[in-house]
Amino acid sequence: MATAEVSNTKTLKVKRFKPSEDPKSTFLTEEKGLWAWLTTVDHKKIGLMYLGSVTFFFLLGGILALLLRTELLTPAKTFIEADTYNQFFTLHGAIMVFFVLVPSIPAALGNFVLPMQLGAKDVAFPRLNLASFYIYVIGAIFTFIALANNGLDTGWTFYTPYSTDSSSSVIWVTLGVFILGFSSILTGTNFITTIHKMRAPGITWGKLPLNIWALYATSIIQVLATPVLAITLLLLTMERFLGIGIFDPAMGGDPVLFQHFFWFYSHPAVYIMIVPGFGIISEVITTFSKKHIFGYWAIALSSLAIAFIGFLVWGHHMFTSGQSAVATTVFSFLTFLVGIPTGIKILNWVATLYKGSIEMKTPMLYVFIFLFLFSIGGFTGIMLGSLAADIHLHDTYYVVAHFHYVMMGGTLIALLAGLHYWWPKMTGKMYNEFQAKIGAALIFIGFNMTFLPQFIMGSQGMPRRYYNYIDQFTIFHQTSTIGSYILGVGFLLIAFYLLRSLFSGEKAGSNPWGSRGLEWQATSPPDLHNFDHTPVIINGPYDYHKPMEEFQLGLADVHHNGHEPSHAAKAAAEEVTN
Amino acid sequence: MGSLFDFMLPELKSPMTGATTDALMGFIHIVSFIILAGVTIAMIYFAIKYRRRSEDDETPLITHNNKLEITWSVIPLLLVFVVFGWGYKGWLNLKTVPDNAYEIHVSAYKWGWTFKYENGAQVGNEVHVPAGRPIKLVMQSQDVLHSFFVPDYRIKQDVLPNRYTYVWFQADETGESQVFCTEYCGTSHSNMLAKVIVHTENDFEAWLEEQGTGGGGTPEERGEQLVGLQGCASCHSMDGSDGIGPTWQGLWGKERNFESAASVSADENYIRESILNPSAKIVEGYQNQMVSYEGRLSDDDISDIIAYIKTLEE
Amino acid sequence: MANHSTSHPTHVQHHFVDADQQFDSAKMGMWVFLVNEILFFGGLFCAYIVYRSWYPELFTEAALELNTFWGAVNTVVLIGSSLTVAMAIRSVQKDQIKGLKINLLITIALAIVFMVIKGFEYSHKFHLGIFPGEFYTFEGLEHAKAPIFFSIYYMLTGVHALHVLIGIGLIYWIYRRAVRGDFSSEYYTPVEITGLYWHLVDLIWIFLFPLLYLIE
Repeated sequence: MATAEVSNTKTLKVKRFKPSEDPKSTFLTEEKGLWAWLTTVDHKKIGLMYLGSVTFFFLLGGILALLLRTELLTPAKTFIEADTYNQFFTLHGAIMVFFVLVPSIPAALGNFVLPMQLGAKDVAFPRLNLASFYIYVIGAIFTFIALANNGLDTGWTFYTPYSTDSSSSVIWVTLGVFILGFSSILTGTNFITTIHKMRAPGITWGKLPLNIWALYATSIIQVLATPVLAITLLLLTMERFLGIGIFDPAMGGDPVLFQHFFWFYSHPAVYIMIVPGFGIISEVITTFSKKHIFGYWAIALSSLAIAFIGFLVWGHHMFTSGQSAVATTVFSFLTFLVGIPTGIKILNWVATLYKGSIEMKTPMLYVFIFLFLFSIGGFTGIMLGSLAADIHLHDTYYVVAHFHYVMMGGTLIALLAGLHYWWPKMTGKMYNEFQAKIGAALIFIGFNMTFLPQFIMGSQGMPRRYYNYIDQFTIFHQTSTIGSYILGVGFLLIAFYLLRSLFSGEKAGSNPWGSRGLEWQATSPPDLHNFDHTPVIINGPYDYHKPMEEFQLGLADVHHNGHEPSHAAKAAAEEVTN
Repeated sequence: MGSLFDFMLPELKSPMTGATTDALMGFIHIVSFIILAGVTIAMIYFAIKYRRRSEDDETPLITHNNKLEITWSVIPLLLVFVVFGWGYKGWLNLKTVPDNAYEIHVSAYKWGWTFKYENGAQVGNEVHVPAGRPIKLVMQSQDVLHSFFVPDYRIKQDVLPNRYTYVWFQADETGESQVFCTEYCGTSHSNMLAKVIVHTENDFEAWLEEQGTGGGGTPEERGEQLVGLQGCASCHSMDGSDGIGPTWQGLWGKERNFESAASVSADENYIRESILNPSAKIVEGYQNQMVSYEGRLSDDDISDIIAYIKTLEE
Repeated sequence: MANHSTSHPTHVQHHFVDADQQFDSAKMGMWVFLVNEILFFGGLFCAYIVYRSWYPELFTEAALELNTFWGAVNTVVLIGSSLTVAMAIRSVQKDQIKGLKINLLITIALAIVFMVIKGFEYSHKFHLGIFPGEFYTFEGLEHAKAPIFFSIYYMLTGVHALHVLIGIGLIYWIYRRAVRGDFSSEYYTPVEITGLYWHLVDLIWIFLFPLLYLIE
């Protein structure tokens, strides 16, 4: 007989329900057909649609990256013209940032997992959720119009006055990203409301999975930062359309002001991309260590701290831009402060491993890769934050390598960890573990081979966004290019075995990893409404010291067809034996 | 300190601006390397030592440890204070130009650099400086953003169209150093290179003397010099090969066909218009890429360039 | 599945436990959205602050070209419409559907009056040659950066006017639903959150008016 943890309000009659290992109906079987998918308001289907779109854009951005690396095999022209090269790196950046990294974890995995981890049937505004997806699609269409119509050659940063003078279709892309921003804003709004209002009985703030804390911090940044990007892009569009002159020096405007506006969004955007990755790491590392997370509050609150301080550091992109000395000093100082909560997280994760029961399944392998690569990304970030060193390193390949270590070694590796972790839940199928480990090894080797040489050549002076380069850098560029091919093969292998698992994969049970997380108490794949019985939470998501049986609880007496009205914080539960 | 990571940096040729940077980078690299190695070893050690032995493994409940949390928050915090202060000091040094600095004006354009000396001498894509003396570059852009970067000196500064920015260095030995543009500026961004050429004080004076008086010559010679200085040659070839803009070889007197204007033959007025208002007539098959040279070239300069173009026969 | 069969009132969506949860969620979602709106306008206000601090004399000079009288009238009109929206919510809480409908119609009328006055202001400026950005041809102001002031003016008031138009659309939609009999004191969430939106639109104008028209 499990005991109630809180007893100051009221007592609920709860019962143990084991999730069926062989569900008769799932969200995949209940509403079928293309139309059902396109009009669905189910958060799981929307999540999968995002996952498909993000994968598509990742493929596109990845192919562009390989073309860029191939061009850089030789110091002069290898196979494409300078203008084409400039368009390719612009599109690689814009696609990877706006269409892949920003929506990848929150909109794809987050959509799928968030309501389940809260024990809810859906997000607070399911129709808005679907609308966000279509806004994302419309933003993408605008970008494709730009592609078909002169392309874009400004770099993903759209710096003025280059972007106001450029003959490429800047307006289409800025409008596309402007529209896309609303997708991000609405998803954030949806998640914040869902986390506040839709928690199942018993989920107090102290029992929220760290993934939810991370998504919560991310959503706050999305809601507060994205509108500023929107207005910046609107002003830039008007700059090109009407010549309003706010950013264009030819009309009396100020290009440095544009950089301030742009980075006010785009630096927090870095945290929109990486913070949800932190959430995944916390989930995976506890599951495969079978151990309570070390420093729950340190990890939860450091996400919020990062979200907050992340708003105050944008100027560190502009140390050489000619901004004021005071601004430069303050931004450098604050930049170091944002490093601290990130470091705290890494050390807490490592401490979680201590005395655990560690199983090196693929998701856990990715967590180890993440910890290594992201640490390098973090340390080189400290390097770039220190003023004197940044003057030398700014806009060189050192910066390129740094943000790839953070964004790819961090966010993307975390995404892979999450994808492999929740794949059985999403599809009900297991992938081939051996092939998955080979894939992870290829990614690790290819990644380091691609980006480690970039630190060296950057530090020796190789500027970024260069089509031609001087001979002394040839060997680094060639190593990097070969590394990128290995990386490409790694991703193809992952795509191959994941797709194969859909058809011939072994059937996954409801909880193949033995996790204590709430989402694993549903069937695999989950029911259309996630849970057969409204879940009631007594234990925390990381209480691995308690037996598995205690985690399967539901409301026995369903008057409300759903969740108990006095949700979350005050609910108390008493178990009745079955 | 930092010899372990020396391979990462090019040889330092301006210790007065770069010494702090190098020491700081060495320090951060070493400290980062130690912490990274610690974290990695701990991770791998735990993964082996505490590997799962059976599905029924039980793990202890360790929720947190405040002493540990404080330790690993405060120590990095102190370390980053050190790094901040150190970096700040180095940066102040980079921003504080010594009083006796020799001043050279720099003009950046798509895609090249012009360096102007106090005696009126001008050179394109080469800046000649005396050794052992601080040099201050006062920089402005003619069009979009550029950035002046000399890896050997550890200096970098964006060059803006609407204000002056500056940068300084002091090369102690004679020799050459590479200059890069590091702010993306379009098609030939990666060809926007220049060299710093360091002379002894005496050689420099002699060179400057020669340049200062070298402004004479025939109109054709002055035109050729201007073409080098103003970066015309980064887009227009003189030998018939294709570039971002049409070649100048055999241009004079030829019939020109345009994207959206009636054909004209290339005479003085057409060339003048193309320099001052490049978008008026775009030659078939080319993009509207060029910026106006209004205000950058005098009427005499334009006449000299036209004289030079006349000499470029097929 | 059997236990998903519903005993909900029709207006409560299936994934909510009850009407209270739905109401709370909708209201919170709207507040979060309003925060986002404030940040959106915040970017424009930032541009305003930066340029005003760089060229304070330009702003005092150029503000004289704006018609304070009609600006003030518009302020009164918008505050009035905020009041009628509040009265509409009050009516529906008391189940006075007729009052709800009348108040919504008055709100729409006031919003249209606002837009008409705004339109006259714009056309007067166009007549003088005060167009946005590079089309600016007005010669009454000496200041070289005068076009930038009006660019900021057009951006701020233009984006605000767009919000007013969206607001008119929303309130009309609420009105149609009220006619259809969707609302009662039991369920009036859309009225409440549209009201919140309208108050924000009003509030932003209350900032815009002194910042643009009343500079001394």
